[in-house]
Amino acid sequence: MTVEDLRRSPLADYPGVTEIPFLTMVDVRVPPAGDAAARISARLGGPLPVVPNSVVQAGARHILWLGPDEWLVVGPDGDSELAGMFPEAVDVSANRTTIEVRSRDLLEHGCTVDLHPRAFHAGRCAQTTIARTQVILWQTSDEPVYRLLVRASFATYLADWLSDASGS
Amino acid sequence: MLLISCPWCGEREETEFHYGGQAFVAYPADPESLSDEEWAQYVFFRDNPKGDFAERWVHSAGCRRWFNTVRNTVTSEFQS
Ligand SMILES: [Zn+2]
Repeated sequence: MTVEDLRRSPLADYPGVTEIPFLTMVDVRVPPAGDAAARISARLGGPLPVVPNSVVQAGARHILWLGPDEWLVVGPDGDSELAGMFPEAVDVSANRTTIEVRSRDLLEHGCTVDLHPRAFHAGRCAQTTIARTQVILWQTSDEPVYRLLVRASFATYLADWLSDASGS
Repeated sequence: MLLISCPWCGEREETEFHYGGQAFVAYPADPESLSDEEWAQYVFFRDNPKGDFAERWVHSAGCRRWFNTVRNTVTSEFQS
């Protein structure tokens, strides 16, 4: 049995829900204005966003604001360079999986954040609850396309709720 | 639905927050010198006004940051 065989996402066998499994995620905590932040920004090729709940793209990676001194850097599956890129990076890839949703109406059944384009659009993220479970909600495109970063152990619950709420 | 304003995230639904009690309760300058009664006052006793009350809240389901705010204990209206 190889390591590839052991990799198993929580929604691997779940029909009707689009999972983007195994994204690489690192948590970064540094003071927002300082040498460490500047060094990390230079390394990533993009600034650590200081506007709350905003997202900056840096090549194939995205930097999500989680707090005034905390960010989540999301890279593609297999981005092994990211975890060791700077000493402040804490690999949290196994914490959450990612569900893609393309309907604002669907999310509004269980989300109290205002998702109307006047208030929320591509490049925004929010830590909030959907159907009572905690998620990082991230809009990647104005079509709209949303990503829900949900704890792996809550993924089937949220997938059940999304299936139910979409009437499928 | 009661909206509470997080200083970072803006207005969010009340269920994203947890209450942290009275704000600005100063740690005793010289804890060693307190009597048992004074220590109990510091640890357990809090104001309970009818009206404006300075409180600590945490945006626990959001950015997880603590902040101070003033809430009216009669109307639950938050200031600022
Ligand atoms: Zn917040």
